[in-house]
This record gives sequence, C-alpha cells and structure tokens, in this order.
Amino acid sequence: MSLDTAPDLAPAPTIPLTHARLPRWAPALVAVVTIAAAGLLPLLLGWGFVAWVLVSVVLFIAGLTIWSAVVETRRSAIDRMVTSLVWTAFGIALVPLVSLLWTVISKGAPHVNGTFLTFSAFRTSLDQPIGIYHAIIGTLVITICAAVISVPTGIFAAIYLVEYGKGNKLARGITFLVDVMTGIPSIVAGLFAFSMFTAFFGAGYRAGIGGAVALSLLMIPIVVRSTEEMLRLVPNDLREAAYALGTPKWRTITKVVLRTSLGGIITGVTLATARIIGETAPLLLIAGLTTRTNTNPFDGFMTTVPVFIYSQFAKGTKADFDLAWGAALVLVVIVLLLNIAARVIGKIFAPKTGR
Amino acid sequence: MSSTPLTAPPQESAPTQTGDRVFSGISRAAGLVILAALAGVFIFLSIEGIPGLFQDEGAYKGNGNFLGYVDTLLFGTVLSATIAVLVAVPLAFGIALVVSHYAPTWIAGPVASIIDLLAAVPSVVFGLWGINVFAPKMVPIYVWLEENLGFLPFFKAPVNPVGTTILTAGLVLAIMILPIITAISREVFNQTPVLHEEAALALGATRWEMIRLAVFPYARSGMVSAVMLGLGRALGETMAVAMVLSGAGGISFNLIGTSNPTSIAANIASQYKENTPATLHILIATGLVLFIVTFLVNFAARWIVARNERKLTR
Amino acid sequence: MAKSIDVSDLNIYYGDFMAVEGVNMTIKAKSVTAFIGPSGCGKSTFLRSLNRMHEVIPGARVEGKVMVDGQSLYGANVDPVAVRRQIGMVFQRPNPFPTMSIYENVLAGNRLNAKKMKKNVADEIVERSLKGANLWNEVKDRLGRPGLGLSGGQQQRLCIARAIAVEPEVLLMDEPCSALDPISTSAVEDLIHELKSEYTIVIVTHNMQQAARVSDETGFFNLKAAGQPGHLVEFNSTQKMFANPDNPDTEAYISGRFG
Repeated sequence: MSLDTAPDLAPAPTIPLTHARLPRWAPALVAVVTIAAAGLLPLLLGWGFVAWVLVSVVLFIAGLTIWSAVVETRRSAIDRMVTSLVWTAFGIALVPLVSLLWTVISKGAPHVNGTFLTFSAFRTSLDQPIGIYHAIIGTLVITICAAVISVPTGIFAAIYLVEYGKGNKLARGITFLVDVMTGIPSIVAGLFAFSMFTAFFGAGYRAGIGGAVALSLLMIPIVVRSTEEMLRLVPNDLREAAYALGTPKWRTITKVVLRTSLGGIITGVTLATARIIGETAPLLLIAGLTTRTNTNPFDGFMTTVPVFIYSQFAKGTKADFDLAWGAALVLVVIVLLLNIAARVIGKIFAPKTGR
Repeated sequence: MSSTPLTAPPQESAPTQTGDRVFSGISRAAGLVILAALAGVFIFLSIEGIPGLFQDEGAYKGNGNFLGYVDTLLFGTVLSATIAVLVAVPLAFGIALVVSHYAPTWIAGPVASIIDLLAAVPSVVFGLWGINVFAPKMVPIYVWLEENLGFLPFFKAPVNPVGTTILTAGLVLAIMILPIITAISREVFNQTPVLHEEAALALGATRWEMIRLAVFPYARSGMVSAVMLGLGRALGETMAVAMVLSGAGGISFNLIGTSNPTSIAANIASQYKENTPATLHILIATGLVLFIVTFLVNFAARWIVARNERKLTR
Repeated sequence: MAKSIDVSDLNIYYGDFMAVEGVNMTIKAKSVTAFIGPSGCGKSTFLRSLNRMHEVIPGARVEGKVMVDGQSLYGANVDPVAVRRQIGMVFQRPNPFPTMSIYENVLAGNRLNAKKMKKNVADEIVERSLKGANLWNEVKDRLGRPGLGLSGGQQQRLCIARAIAVEPEVLLMDEPCSALDPISTSAVEDLIHELKSEYTIVIVTHNMQQAARVSDETGFFNLKAAGQPGHLVEFNSTQKMFANPDNPDTEAYISGRFG
C-alpha cells in the first residue's frame, strides 16, 4: 500500500495489472504438438483420419486449458477452454453442411443438361432419354397454385391484424392460430388435404390442387408473419398524414401502407415460396406420382421435383439415384436462387421502407 | 361490418365508404379463412382419424390396438428428435456465438448467410445425402462404439451394417435443425444491448464471463424458443427420417442396431401406399397424435417465452 | 489505494482513421479530473483507452504510452481483464444487469473472482459499496428486488456501487449524468465529491458547470477541423481553466461562443 510516489521503473508494482500469461503463439504450439502426437495413432494403432482429427481436437482443448490453468489464472483457463469449444462446435457443424453441398454439386452436375431438363420421365420408346421436365412443370403449377391461395389470404389477414383488428378478440385469436399453423408438421398438412379431398371426391382422388392446398397451409403463416412485421414497421405518422389529406382508410392502406412496405412483403413471399417449393411429404399423399407431364392441377396425378427425388430413391438402383442427384441439384439451385432474389429485392426496396 | 379505427378517417361521400366497407370485409374474411383452415384441419383429421382408433386387431399389424401401434412410433419420434436436439443445440449455440461474439466480421457475415441458405435446403435433399453419404460413413464409428462402449444399452450388437439406424436419423435431423436454431439464437445474441456487455467487461470480466453475465440472461427466452422450434421441426420431419431410417422394430434403446423404431411422420410416408381404408384411418389417427404433440411443444415454448418476458419487464 | 495516470503521446485510431492525436497529461491521484469539449472530439474514446475498453470496438487501436503506477497499460504481459478490474468504469446510461437483484448487481464483479463467498463477507461488501454510493438508505429494505426497478439516478448510483465493490484504483465516468434529471444529477455529483478521498476519478461531461462543480483539474478537447483528429487543447486546474484559460479556444468554448 505505498502511496503514489512510485518511480517510473517500479521494481514491485503495487497493483496487479500483469500476471503470467501464455505467449501469443501458445495455441499454435499446442495445436502443432497435439496434431503431431495424435498423428502417431494412425501409424501405431491403424486408426483412421477421423479418429486422428477427433483426438487432436480433444488433446488441443485439454492441453491448452491445463497449460493456461497452470500458468495463468483459473478464469483465463475457462475462457480459453470455452473459446476452443465454441470454435470446435463451429468446425464440427461446418463438416456435414459442406459435405452436403459438395455432394449435391459433384453428384448432380454430371446429369444436369438440356435433355435432363426438357424430357419427362415417360418413355415412348425404349432408348429414349428421360428427364425431369414433368416434375419441373408439376412444381411450377403446384407452387403457383399454392401462392395464388396463400399470398392474398396471408396479406389480407395481416392487414386485418395490423390495420383493423388492433388487438381485438378475433385478431388475438388469429395471431394465436397463426402461431399454431407455423408449427404444423408438413405431413399433417398433407393428411389434412388428403382427408378433405377424399371426403369430397372419393377415396382415389389425386390432383395437383390437393397438394397446393396442403402447401398453402404451410405457406400462409409465413406470409402473415412477414407481412405483419413489415406493416408494423410503417410509421403511424404516415397513416395520419394520409388521413389528414382526406384519404379514406382503404386507399391509405393500398396507396401508402402497402406501397411503403412492398419490398419487405415481396421478400417475405419469396422466402415463403422457397420454403414450400422443397416440400415432399404432403404432395406424396395427395398429388400422386406420374412419369408424364401434366399441366392441369385439377385433373390427374402430378409430380414435383422433391417427390420425383423421393420416388427415384425408392426405386433404388444406381441409375435411379443418378437422376435423383441431378434433380436434387436443380431443386437446390431453385431454392438458392429464390433466396438470393429475396435478398436482392429486400436490398432494392430497403431505402424506401427505411425511416 | 363497420370499423372504428383509432384515427378515424374523415367522413366522406358514399362511394368511399363502400370502398372501405369492401376492403375491411375482404381483410376480415382472410382472417376468417385462417380460422376455418385450422378448424378444417381438426375436423377432417378427426373425421378420418377417429375411426382409426377402432379398427380390427389385424389392421394394427400385431400390436393389438391403436395404443400398441402408436406407442412404438411415438417412441421413435421422440427418441430421434431428442437425439437431434441434444446434438444440435450445443453446436448451434456455439456457431451462433462464433458469429455474434467471437469471429471478426469478415468471417461472421459470410458464415451467417451460408447458414441462412442451408436452412432453406429441402429435407428430401438431406435425406438423399443422409442415405448415400452420411449413413455409410457412420458404420465404422458404430462398430467402434459397439466394441468399446457395448456395455451401455445404447450400443448393443449386432451393429447395423448399412448405418440406417435411429442414431443416424437423429444426427441427420440434428444437421437439419442446426441452421434454424443457429439463425434464431444468433439474432438474439446480436440483440444483447452493448450497454450490458460493456458493464460486464468494465468489471473485469473475460469474454466468456461477459457472455454468461450479459448475453445469456438477456437471450434466454430467445434461446428457449429456438430450441423448441428446432424440436418441433425434428418431431414433424418426414422425408429425411423416412429415407435414412430402416425402421420396423419395436421400442428399443439400442441406437445402432438393425431393428429400429420409426417415427410417426416417416411411418405415414412409407405406409400410405397400402391403400386399405383401415390402414389409412390408422395413419391419419397417428397424424393427429403427431399434431397434438407438436402443438403442445409449441405451446410450451410460447408459455416459457411469455413468462420470461414478464420477468424481464417486471 | 488511488493511483495517478501518466499519458504520453497517445494516438487512438479506428482502423485507418485517427480519432485522437498526441495526448500528454498526468492525472493526479485522489482527485477529480474532468474532460470537456464538443461532441465527437474524442474525449470518450480517450477515456476508454485508459482502461482498454476501446478494444471492445472492432478496429480500435492505440499508439503511445499510458502508465499507471509505473506500469504500462499496453505492456506485453498486461491482461486487459486485469486492467479493467483495477480501473472501473461508469457509463453514460445506467446499465444494471436486468435479470439480477440489487444485491446481485453489486456483487457481480466480485463473484467473477470468488465463486463461493461467505454470506457475511458478501453482505459486508454490499453494504459498504451501497453506502459508498450513497444508496444504502434508499434500498436497504429491498436488496432482493430487481435493479431495474430503481429510478434512473438510483440505477446510476447502483452502477457506481457495483464499480467500487471490486475496490478499483481508478474510476472512469463517461457522462454519468447525461441521462439523469437535475435532482439525480446533484446526488451523483455529491457522490463524486465524496469518492475522491479514496479514488482517482476521471469524468467526461458535456456540462461545463458540472466540470466546474466537481473537478479539480480539467482537460479541454477539440477538433482541429471537421474530419481531423481530436486533440487536447489545454489541461489545467479547473479554477484557472474557468477563470483565466491559457488558450483562446478554451475561453471561446467555455464562454459559450462555440461548440
């Protein structure tokens, strides 16, 4: 407790700003040592690459933590351990995700070509090449039908919640049910469409529209949620300014509120489309399976790309799987393009919705 | 059909009032469609499903009655979803922390977008990858588990030679729900007020202590709802499980064996082709059970979140 | 326990942008030093560099020397965590931890070092710190209640109690009264007066009367021009600064002719 007369070169500082710290290169050193040590395993025990990496990681975390605990404080040791663990989690998670993308691209790319995209799976002669044209058309038709049902319903419901309902009983009930709908498993949506259509049209009824209804059940809550969020972002001053000019409420909503939030709403709709376009389970039950191209959603079986992938998987030969990988690549590309489009739209419209 | 908004628009001539009436009517109708749709789900699933509870014994495939039929499926559903959540949650929180608090921005930004995009990859693609790439890769690990940890009830011989086990299914589900849990928890971690983070750091907290002191308490309800949402997804996921899991077995805690319980959703997807009315009724009844389970999970999540928010604002 | 701080040739950068240039000063122990100046002149940034809190901002770095009690803050072996433990900080807006009670808030810093504290030791720290922050009488009956339930001024004093509970050498305050009403402000100012018998206090303020009221010495920061780094124009005793400053810019600022 000496007073503040400490000379510039204090031999024994009175306050502990420093304590022993590991050098900057400590983690690197530990990494090299552990990787080398664990590298003996494949040589000595004949363990594989995966085991080597796993043992290295475990040794690294333990080594760095123990070293830090000995030299530094217990708190630094915990901090270093958590930092290593968090980065390890990050690394572990990236492995399957990268593997997935890589597999889809490498296995799918050789099979995607003009023929693949323009021929259906229906052979008129034995040597005719087959493709996924019928499935792409099916996906388009069913997705468009689902969007035609969901987008107006979702947007108008959101308008009701934000502009008219304002927390009354009906609005609260709808908000709750939208929450419930968000959690409906896709197979349950399919069962619903299946029960409804077979109840009305007989046990054997299969058509694209049934799939579209099932998908709508999954799409509507997403549209409501995103639209609601966007409408709530529109400042109230804007509405009041419009009223003050003598604009009726519905025109205020269409001309001011919707126009201001248009970008956000389109982004939300695009993301919702991307989400349902990959759905398989509900369509399996109600849309049927065919190798032919069908453009009429109200009559006859209709196959989408995800259902095509599943049916190829179910057949199970190497050639079937090749087609499935090709279709998977097409599907992933479609979904990614929709996601990118949503981002771009969001960016384009963002300044207008900003304050 | 008249609406009385807070800021009432000025009274106008008849045509605009008609316009208002029509527009508010359409909006309200859209809201009612949602009510009707939900009611429809319950009604139609009940109409077609309830008969499934009372079929002849033969229809339940040697399980005697509906309960005996559905309990295996429910077990498989819960087991695979539990594995998924147990594996995915720590990893997801780890990634979210890396993105929000550990990584420099030039890594965090691209990683966040990649994870968002992965959340959009269709489940059928995960299934395809799971059966073709992932399941075969797991076989040596399962063999190792059986040899070294075989005394545990989870890792009993005989090991599934193609890797289509409930553990594989659970892990594929984990990979699928990982992006969703990550995306939500990343967002709540990012929303932690800088104020509280600085308060912790200024007291001499290390980075991890700052996260425990300032980030986690603030993000707790968001983390819970992220986990619950992931759980709901895992419970209801159909295609990945149907493609990866060869399940026809009964209730068993052996995670790497040849006889696995399947899940409700996957069972529906693989059995629906058996078009006998009795089977269909039973499948729809199991769907109703799944619906109720996921509903309860979502409900619990919301309840926890609401309670936590009350606590924070008290 | 209080310590003096010597700053020499300190430059602070955000990435490539130089925010503060060439600061030299000696902050005396057991006194109150105030920094005044127009917005954006780098006084808060400079304050943060005194306990390495600027490192929280990505891209921020420092050149030059800060010596506390003969040790360089930026030396090779110095742990920023240990620095902040010794040099506490109070922020512009009161920031008690929202999920913690008043009691837990005061102990938050102590708990980092000692997980298991005897109940009577903990009670003693809480009472001493809250008394030190002039808050004890107002909250002693509701220590278990959330810290967020207090008024703004009480919350700020709670934050000061939390900062002094770990017994730091120096207390940095970044506009501690800017979010408070006049009555709370005066309570905090009284507290600063009392605290200087034990701590070295550095305070950034926008309010020149406040600087005149609470501080012994004052530093005036200014920008050379828009887009240029901030620098220390004058550092003098508060009395001299407000009565007869050396620099004409200081006089212009203090008499309200600009800024």
